[in-house]
Amino acid sequence: MSKRATIGFSEEQAQLLEVATTFCRDKSPVEKVRSLLSDDRGYDEAIWTEMAELGWLAIAVPEEFGGIGLGLAEVVPVVEQMGRTLMAGPFVGTTLAAQAVLVGGTDEQKQKYLADLCAGKKAALALSEPHGDWDLTHVECKAERAGDSLKLSGRKTFVENAEAADLLLVSVSLEGAPALVIIDRGALPDGALRRETVIDETRRSYQVTLDGVEVSSAALLDPAKSIEALTHLDLCASLLLSAEMCGGAASCIDYTVDYLQTRKQFGKKIGSYQALKHPIVDAHVGYEQARSHLYCAAFNFTQQGEGEVATRMAKSQAGDALSYAADRAIQFHGGFGFTYDCDAQLYRRRSLWCENQHGDAAYHRSKLAGLLL
Amino acid sequence: MSEISEQELSEYRSEAAAWFAENTEAEPGFMLPLTFMEVGTDQQFNFLRDWQNKVYEAGYLGANWPKEYGGGGLDQKFQNIATEEMAKANGPIMLNAIGLNWAGPLILDMGTEDERKRYIKGILSAEDIWCQGFSEPENGSDLGNAQTKAVRDGDDWVLNGSKIWTTQGNFAKYMILLARTNPDAPNKYAGLSFFLSPMQVEGVETVPIRKLTGEYGFTQTFFTDARIPGDSLMGKEGEGWLVAMRTLEYERGVKGGQPGGYVMRASDPMEIVDLARKATRGGKPALEDPVIKDKLVQLMIEARGLQLHGKRGHIQPLVQDKPASLALSSKLVATELSRRIYEFAMTLQGQRGAYYVGEPDAYDEGLWQRGYLNSFSATIGGGTSQIQRNIIGEHVLGLPKS
Repeated sequence: MSKRATIGFSEEQAQLLEVATTFCRDKSPVEKVRSLLSDDRGYDEAIWTEMAELGWLAIAVPEEFGGIGLGLAEVVPVVEQMGRTLMAGPFVGTTLAAQAVLVGGTDEQKQKYLADLCAGKKAALALSEPHGDWDLTHVECKAERAGDSLKLSGRKTFVENAEAADLLLVSVSLEGAPALVIIDRGALPDGALRRETVIDETRRSYQVTLDGVEVSSAALLDPAKSIEALTHLDLCASLLLSAEMCGGAASCIDYTVDYLQTRKQFGKKIGSYQALKHPIVDAHVGYEQARSHLYCAAFNFTQQGEGEVATRMAKSQAGDALSYAADRAIQFHGGFGFTYDCDAQLYRRRSLWCENQHGDAAYHRSKLAGLLL
Repeated sequence: MSEISEQELSEYRSEAAAWFAENTEAEPGFMLPLTFMEVGTDQQFNFLRDWQNKVYEAGYLGANWPKEYGGGGLDQKFQNIATEEMAKANGPIMLNAIGLNWAGPLILDMGTEDERKRYIKGILSAEDIWCQGFSEPENGSDLGNAQTKAVRDGDDWVLNGSKIWTTQGNFAKYMILLARTNPDAPNKYAGLSFFLSPMQVEGVETVPIRKLTGEYGFTQTFFTDARIPGDSLMGKEGEGWLVAMRTLEYERGVKGGQPGGYVMRASDPMEIVDLARKATRGGKPALEDPVIKDKLVQLMIEARGLQLHGKRGHIQPLVQDKPASLALSSKLVATELSRRIYEFAMTLQGQRGAYYVGEPDAYDEGLWQRGYLNSFSATIGGGTSQIQRNIIGEHVLGLPKS
């Protein structure tokens, strides 16, 4: 770490931060979040269309493929604000699928898919499997060549928004090595999807049974680049999860502070008690650390080596920060904190989801140990 | 001010780097203090005073302060570069910490023209060492309750009482002093005044305090009918609390304007990596133990986060939600992290963690053990970590007062 880490912030990031802050606050008040908890789709299609019209899905796609030509650094403030307002939906999955096609797709695939993904076609990532391993190259689902097509088999888990998606990006093992295929959801037979019951009720997560699915071999991303694409996806996802968790931590702390400023016991506002004041300060300090790491990771994301270090630090710190803030949020709301009506549970459930996707804090620290020590 | 070119800055950097490479004497043959609170011997004091003077004369301290008072009259960017190069060369600390970082900026900010002319140059050159008289034996965190008395008598003020934790009190020529000038004021704060008080007068006595390390560095200061000149009063009578609060903003790093250099060596977790290679666990380097690696990485993440705060603090859209947050929390975060780094460095030494300075078999001459014990000076001094949490809770998060 002799080299000093830096943060830069682009004009575009600043604009997107400002626009996204207002947009997400207006479109996703907590009443809306709660009303979507019992909704089948889990997000508002009209808001999705608005996001597409704002160009948010095109941010990190080059202009030649119909995008705006910025990077994931510019997606970070958008996802941060979505996290802040507990928004859900296929935005991150679609953004990530585009990144995978960019890195691992053939020229034809880039031409075929990227412009559509920029315009609002939805994609879902099918990378996880029942073994629950965070290593995305640990793939047991199979693809077998049959003439000009691929026969898929096995079961994918934690496929977010699979039902709503137009496209699925699926990792499979082909001839003993990990590979990626991009398929139309329509290629799945009836009954291939089963909705999973997950701890974060804002999310729609599915298991996808691939048995009996046969797709053209044109669906196969460049096999020579599949490891690179999976590694890249993992880091992209970690970066955006960090953003989501940072935003969540900010509003979770605000929510708790609001209660500490108003609730009275023994004739005093409970926020005056140091037993509550000091831990919420610790939560805030942890969040500030996470946010500095987040924007360092965003700024350095494309730098070889440094991007990975910064991203893993951001994921590790953001996970710890949101988990602590949300855990204390439940406790500090007392009896109310134990109820479904208290928003603390929304944050805690969100943190447990985010922590368990793409590696928790300790997992990223162990990766960092390999990189730094 | 005209635009500064990148070339100008990079030339300045090369010059500074060359100067520090040429002039830095890292190992004078005795252990140098890691912080300004650890100056315990005349030998250390004289060495560090000469070093600060040398850096100042070369133009690498106070480059950003106004020329008419003894500074270099350059943009802040130049001093930042000089400080970075000083750190890269692993240069010793700047001795006159209270003068440089609290009293000096305060005098430039709130002092009269006469006070600036009289004090600033001596602060930079280390000719005039400054100390701070805020805490008292009975009033530590409750600073507003200070009871040391200053009574007007003709042209003079007469001081009685006692101040404690006076860093470098035995070396100091001046003290920034908070004293009670009106015991009958409507509230405790209104009775306080602020003084730039000479130390070398009759009736001022400093008694060394032996620290938990067994060493010296602090004194207790006793005032017994000590007469100081009338113009020692800074600002107006009864406005001492206001001036003291501004001083604390400098002390806690909330306000900028310091003349550069550093008065504490930053603790870099990378320094522990070497130690973790030397220390063993089960016949292998401690660095191969996954639990130790995990803790080390955690500290590295936090150290880097703190470093990044400095950068993020200048990016307005990323601090606008709670503008005072990073500045008000930096003291808490930095000092607690430093303490934990030293603590961890001891725990990974195995049995030899129980050695101490003076034992030839101690790792790194017992640096980590001494550093750990000394680290509490920063988590307690300048407002304890617990007081810092109150400040952050109340001023950043808007929680009610405790």
